[in-house]
Amino acid sequence: MNVDFLVQALHRGDARSVARAITLVEEGDAGGTAILEQLDRERIEQALLIGVTGPPGAGKSTLCAQMIGQLRDRDLRVGIVAIDPSSPLSGGAILGDRVRMMRHALDPGVAVRSMATRGRLGGLCSAAGAAVRIMAASGCRVVLLETVGVGQSEMDIVALADITIMVLAPGFGDEIQAMKAGILEVADLLVINKADQPGAQRLRLDMAAALRDPGDRQQRILETVASEGRGVTELLDRIFLLEEALRDGGALERRRRRSRELETLDQALELLREPLRQRIRDRNEKTRDPRELAREIVERMVIMPAQAARNDDEHGS
Amino acid sequence: MAAKDPRLRDWEEKELAASLARFPERRQHFTCPGGREVERLALPDEIDERYCEDLGFPGRYPFTRGVQPTMYRGRLWTMRQYAGFSTARASNERYRYLLDQGQTGLSIAFDLPTQIGYDSDDPMALGEVGKVGVAIDTLADMEILFDRIPLDKISTSMTINSPAMVLLAMYVAVAEKQGVAADRLRGTIQNDALKEYVARGTYIFPPRPSLRLITDIFRWCADHMPRFNTISISGYHIREAGSTASQEVAFTLANGITYVQAALDAGLSLDTFARRLAFFFNAHSNLLEEVAKFRAARRLWARIMKERFGATDPASMMLRFHAQTAGSTLTAQQVDNNIVRVTIQALAAVLGGTQSLHTNSRDEALSLPTEESVRTALRTQQIIAHESGVADTVDPLAGSWFIEQLTDAIEAEARELIRQVDEAGGVIACIENGFISSQIEEASYRYQQEVEQGERIIVGVNAFQVEEEATVPVLKIDPAVEDEQVQRLRQLKAQRDREQVAAALRDVEQAARSGTNLMEPVLAAVRCYCSLGEICGVLRQVFGEYRD
Amino acid sequence: MDKRYRVLIGKPGLDGHDRGAKFIARALRDAGFEVIYTGIRRTVDEIAAAAIQEDVAAVGLSSMSGAHMRLFPAVVEALARAGGADIPVLGGGIIPDEDIPALKNAGITAIFTPGTPIDTIIEAFRAACRTHLGQQAR
Repeated sequence: MNVDFLVQALHRGDARSVARAITLVEEGDAGGTAILEQLDRERIEQALLIGVTGPPGAGKSTLCAQMIGQLRDRDLRVGIVAIDPSSPLSGGAILGDRVRMMRHALDPGVAVRSMATRGRLGGLCSAAGAAVRIMAASGCRVVLLETVGVGQSEMDIVALADITIMVLAPGFGDEIQAMKAGILEVADLLVINKADQPGAQRLRLDMAAALRDPGDRQQRILETVASEGRGVTELLDRIFLLEEALRDGGALERRRRRSRELETLDQALELLREPLRQRIRDRNEKTRDPRELAREIVERMVIMPAQAARNDDEHGS
Repeated sequence: MAAKDPRLRDWEEKELAASLARFPERRQHFTCPGGREVERLALPDEIDERYCEDLGFPGRYPFTRGVQPTMYRGRLWTMRQYAGFSTARASNERYRYLLDQGQTGLSIAFDLPTQIGYDSDDPMALGEVGKVGVAIDTLADMEILFDRIPLDKISTSMTINSPAMVLLAMYVAVAEKQGVAADRLRGTIQNDALKEYVARGTYIFPPRPSLRLITDIFRWCADHMPRFNTISISGYHIREAGSTASQEVAFTLANGITYVQAALDAGLSLDTFARRLAFFFNAHSNLLEEVAKFRAARRLWARIMKERFGATDPASMMLRFHAQTAGSTLTAQQVDNNIVRVTIQALAAVLGGTQSLHTNSRDEALSLPTEESVRTALRTQQIIAHESGVADTVDPLAGSWFIEQLTDAIEAEARELIRQVDEAGGVIACIENGFISSQIEEASYRYQQEVEQGERIIVGVNAFQVEEEATVPVLKIDPAVEDEQVQRLRQLKAQRDREQVAAALRDVEQAARSGTNLMEPVLAAVRCYCSLGEICGVLRQVFGEYRD
Repeated sequence: MDKRYRVLIGKPGLDGHDRGAKFIARALRDAGFEVIYTGIRRTVDEIAAAAIQEDVAAVGLSSMSGAHMRLFPAVVEALARAGGADIPVLGGGIIPDEDIPALKNAGITAIFTPGTPIDTIIEAFRAACRTHLGQQAR
C-alpha cells in the first residue's frame, strides 16, 4: 500500500481511497497513522462536524439524508459517518443506516461510511474521529456523525462534534424523562422530528418544561418532518449561524481542543489496554487488593519511567 | 326430542332460508361413500350463550364458522390460479387454457416494472420485463391480455397495488370496448399499498398519498362498480416475509383498520365501501394452526367492525378472503414433495372457510410454473372439492377443543399486537419507525435458525435428503421478450396523438394536486393510450416517492 | 486479532422479497461479519458505489424474480467501472442450475440456490474475503 499515493487520491476526493484510508485506520494498520499525519490540516480546520443523535426510530437517518440533499443543493461536499453497535456476542454488526443514504450513492459529492462500535463502550467507535478527519481532508465541508443515542454515547458525540443535534419524535416521551439531566443540556439543538404526528404537542411541552429559560427554548428547539423534508432548511440555516458564532467567539477552537485531548486520552488508554492486561496476568497476584495493585502497576509502567526520563534530562547524559 | 333452540330456529328461518333460496345446494343429498347422510352443520348438544357469542352460526355474526350459511354445499370456493408471464399474448393463451381446464376465475400476475409503475423501456426495468408476470404498459397490452375472454362472464383478480388505479382504469376501458359496462364487472384489485412497505416492496408513493389513491378508488367504485372488490387486504406477503400466524392476522387487520379510517375521514359512509373489502391470507403447512387462524381472523374482524366502527350491516362485518398456499414452504429439493405440502395447505384453507384459493405449483421454488405443474395444482383443489368430502359440511373442525383454544389464542394475540400498533400511533407510524418490519424480521430469523439447527425438520432439505440430478423442466422467459415489449411500446408511443396525451396527463396532474377524485382523469388518460409509466410519473412528481 | 470482514448484501432490481437477504445478513453478523445491507430495489450502480465507499471485501446479491442473468453480471461490470474489479461478488436466489455456469463465467464467485445450508454460505463469504484481503496485502 503506497501511502503517498493514497493520500493524494483522497485529497482529490477519490471514493475508494477515502474508504481504504478509513479501513487502514480502523484496523490499526501502521499505514493508517501515516495517512492521518499527512492530511490537509486546513480542510480539517474548515470543515464542520455535526453530531446527530437520538433514540432509535426518531428518524435520524431520514433527517440526515434530507440534510445531505440540501447541503448538496448548496453545492457543498458532504460526508456522513453512521455508527451502529457491534453485537456483543459475535462481534459482528448489521450496518443498516446505509439504506436511507442510498439515494446519494451515485453522487460523488457525498462520502458515506458505516462503522461498527467494535466493542468500545459508548456509541462511538475509536476510529470515528479519524474517519471524520479523512472525510474532511477529502474536501467535505460538512461531516455528519450519526449514532443511536443510548446512554453514554450522547455524551461521547457531544465531546467529539462541533455542533450536536438531538433528534426526538413523538412516542418517546419516557426517554426524555431519562435524558433530561444530561443530553438536553449539552446538545446545541433539539429537533422535534415527525412534528406533524399526534403526540408532537406533548413532546413540545415536555421539552419546554425541560428548558426553563424561554430564550433557550426559542434558540434551541426546532421542528421537522424529515420524511417530507419540512423544516430542514431552517435547521441547516440555524446550524450555520451557530457555526459562525462559535468560530467568531473562539468557542469552536475550544471545543476542538477539548475533543483532541479526549481523543488522545482515549487512544492512549486504548494503547495501554493490552500491555496492562499482560502485566496484570504476569503478576498473577492472589492476595493484593485490585485497587492497590492497579495503582502500583501504573506507577511502575507510566509514572516511574517518566520521572526517570526527567531525571536523565536534568542530569544530562 | 328436545325443542329446537330458538336461536337456531331464528338462523334457519332467516340466514339459512335466504341463502337456500338464492343458492340451492349443489346436491339434494350429501353422503359418505357408504351412503350415510352428511349433516349440513354439526352442532353441540346444547347451544349456550358462550357458543352463540364465540362461534354462532355460519353467515351470522361473528362469522367464526364461515360467511355463508351453507358454505361449500351451496357453492364451492373459486379456484383461481395466479398466472401471468412474459407478454400479454402469452398470458392470454395461458388464461384461456386455464378456463378450458375448469378454472372459474382469473388472477393476473404483473411483472415488477408494471407493479412499480415503470414502463418496459425504463432503465429501472432492466432484466425484469415479463419475468414474474405479464408486462402491461398501455391499454393496447390490456386489450391483448383479455382478447376473447368475455369480461361479463368471469371474475378477475389483479395483483396490483401502488398503481392499482391505472390498471383498474385499463380494465374498465377494455370492458367498454367489449361492450361491457363497469357495473357488470366482477373481481378484485389487491390495492393494498400499506403491506408493501413492510413486505413485498412494490411501493411507489409515500403512505399518505397512497391512502388517498385507495379512498378515491373506494369512492369511484361505490358509484360505478358495485360488484367489484376494491381492495384485498393482504396478510399473505407478511407471512411469506416470515411472520407468525398471529402477526399475519394482526398486521393485516391493522392495515384494514387504517383503510376503513381513511375512507371514513374522506367522508365515505361505512356501509358503502366496507362490504367491498376483501382479504387475502396465506395457507401454511401447520394444518390446525392455519384453520384456527382463518377462523380467528374472521371473528376478530367482525368484532372490530362492530365495536370499533359501529357497523350495523352484517355485510360490512364479514371477512371474506382469498387464500394462497405458502410459496416460501416449497423446496427446490425433491420437488414432487411440494404437491403434498400444497395439498395440506389447501386443505387448511378449505377447512378454514376460504372464498377462493390459489394452489402453488410444485416447481415454483425453481422458476415460474410449467403448464403441467399448474394443472396438477388445480387438480389438487378439485380433488379436495370433489373427493375428500370436506366441502360437504360447514366448518367441520368446530368444537374440537384444540381448534377452539387455538382460535381463541390467535385472536387474543392478534388483538394485543393491534393494541400495540394503536398505542404507537397507528400503522403508518409503525411503518416509519420500523416496528412492524422488525417484528416480522425477528420471527423470520427465529424460524430460520430453528431450521438451520435441525430443530424443525423440512423433509428433503435438512432431513431425508437424496442425491438428485436436476431433471425438472423449468419454464424460462426468453430475454428477447424484454426487447420485443420495448419495441412495441416505442412504436405505440410514436403513433399516438401527442396533444391528446399531453392534455390527459395535465388533467391527471391537476386532479392530483387539487385533491379531486383521480379515477376519471386516469380513465381518460388510459383511453388515449397514455402509458402506465407516464401516468405514474406524473403522480410521482406530485406525491413524491417512498424510499425505505 | 482477527480482521473483521466487511461485506455488503445488496438487492439489485425491483424484486422486494428480502426475507432471504435479511436472513443472510443476520447470519453473517452472528458469524462475526460487519454487514452493510442496502435495502431493496437498488440499481447496479448504486450497489457498486456503496461497495466502494464502504470498502467491503465481498458483495453478496440476492434476486428472486428471475432477473439474475442480467443483473448479477451487471453488478460485476458496474464494480469494475467504479474501480472495484477486484471485489468478489457472490449471488443467491431462485436460480436454475443451468444458469450457474454462465454466471460463473460472468465473474460471479459463488452461487447459492434454495436450500443451501447457511454454514456453506458463511464459509463461502469468509473464503472470498480472505482471498480478497490476501491479494490486497500483496
